[in-house]
Amino acid sequence: MIAERTLTARLFNGLNLILLIVITLLCLIPVWYTLSISLSDKAAAAAGQVFLWPKGLTLGSYHTIMEDTQFFRSFGISVQRVIYGAAIAFFVILLMAYPLSKTSKEFKPRNIIMWALIFAMLFNGGLVPWFLTMKSLGMINNIWGLVLGGGLPVFNVILVMNYLRNMPKELEESALMDGAGPWRILFSICLPLSVPVLATILVFTIVYHWNEFFQALVLMNKSEMYPLQSYIKQVAVVIDPTKMDEEAVKRMSDLSNQTLNAAKIFISMLPLLVIYPFLQKYFVKGITLGSVKG
Amino acid sequence: MIPRSFAKHFYIMLIPGLIWLIFFNLYPMYGVITAFKEFNPGIGLWKSPWVGLENFEYMFELDDSKIIFRNTVAIAFAKMVGNLIVPLVFALMLNEVKNRLFTRTVQTIVYLPHFLSWVIVGGMMLDIFSYSGPVNQILSGLGAEPVLFFASADVFPALIVGSDIWKEFGFNAIIFFAALTSINPEMYEAAAIDGASQWQRLLKITLPSILPVAALLATLSLGNILNAGFDQIFTMYNPSVYSTGDIVDTWVYRAGLIDFQYGLASAVGLLKSVVGLILITVSYALAYRFANYRIF
Repeated sequence: MIAERTLTARLFNGLNLILLIVITLLCLIPVWYTLSISLSDKAAAAAGQVFLWPKGLTLGSYHTIMEDTQFFRSFGISVQRVIYGAAIAFFVILLMAYPLSKTSKEFKPRNIIMWALIFAMLFNGGLVPWFLTMKSLGMINNIWGLVLGGGLPVFNVILVMNYLRNMPKELEESALMDGAGPWRILFSICLPLSVPVLATILVFTIVYHWNEFFQALVLMNKSEMYPLQSYIKQVAVVIDPTKMDEEAVKRMSDLSNQTLNAAKIFISMLPLLVIYPFLQKYFVKGITLGSVKG
Repeated sequence: MIPRSFAKHFYIMLIPGLIWLIFFNLYPMYGVITAFKEFNPGIGLWKSPWVGLENFEYMFELDDSKIIFRNTVAIAFAKMVGNLIVPLVFALMLNEVKNRLFTRTVQTIVYLPHFLSWVIVGGMMLDIFSYSGPVNQILSGLGAEPVLFFASADVFPALIVGSDIWKEFGFNAIIFFAALTSINPEMYEAAAIDGASQWQRLLKITLPSILPVAALLATLSLGNILNAGFDQIFTMYNPSVYSTGDIVDTWVYRAGLIDFQYGLASAVGLLKSVVGLILITVSYALAYRFANYRIF
């Protein structure tokens, strides 16, 4: 690479580096701050004495959570939702993408189905029609409402389909010559070859199901059936409208359970922080896979 | 050539997906007839009487509808601009650093917030921007008056747009990083031999090389001008900021599922969906025409 030795270049690069470090720290500090609060003494947190280091270090909040059965129930529902959701999306998408990767000459109804998918991706009826139809399908207080309620992930189907279309034709042809049937081709050729794109959509599906909270707030009547994020939204992220005049807000920090809420928020992001290094490998690819140019 | 006998197996493969599509994507669309009905939960959607465009007429009489559409477009537009420029500048800055370990560490960290849910980010923001939180402490340390960020209608949109950019700028920069790596390094070497400074190379080579990508992203984002981010605003707003922070989606939620004005809420939602469909179609058509971009 070309070395720069002039004073302005050094100044420029130095400033650039400092700014980048500041930006990066800005991304970390909120997470770190939440952790500090959750490990602090209640009174110190309420008095606003905690910033980047816990004050009056205590695991009290985490002990309280250990006794919170609802927290664990919600955690379990979230895990269940992620597993069902990811497994179903994986197989449905794989099964759909293969026939749709054929041309309309090879498989006649291909284009009609594609247009139906595109229409479903670009248009939705809105919240109220969705809620009323979910109700009529018996999806109230039903885990399947959370797993399936978001609808077929059309974009992911298209992602895998595009990937299969770019697969070398010779592979499929030689398998055909050897007498392989459609299922054999799907599972022995398409599946192993599309592992990168399937891993990407699996990552996005897992993150989606773990993070989604609104559908559960609408579909579940009983808070015992909330997944974790919905539970957190209900108990920890509450802005009480009646306390929104200036005086009340001043008092709010004393009244609210700041340290406990911070601990809940931190635990609910922990699974993502743990798997994050593994998923990072795949999502970068997925972003650039998103389109065909040509 | 695929044998004809494959077709019936292809149908079988499509069955699970099509069932999912029909019941959970298409059937909810049929529900939009709620917008043209006087919905009565007792007798169901099908038997409820038709009222024509009454719900739409009522919507246009409400002052709320002007406010929510204005707020939606204002917030969505600010996010659109910010989510284009900040990642672009950030990608250009990081591109100037040649230390691989440094750039990879920075990338790993700035991608992270994208994967946190708005519940978590909203919860952290509530703490950080609370009355006695760190931001207000810094402000009072500088001699300024503390600000009630979450209760002030003037500040709230900035808080929304800012936290959205905070969460997404790293992730949005990925596409720019990909574009930057595809620039031919020989161009830089040739420019250096001709005596171009680092700054000149940035302006004359790097920037022009990724402007087409930026233009494409800007075009595609036009389709989102009515999507101001429901999840985010739903977790962060409250009645004291309705005048600037209430958007179409949050209003529809309250009107429909809290106040049970099903017909009215469906009408507003349908208007938004139809306008959104037109905008997305136009933006895709533009992207196809000028950048040869297509999704399938």
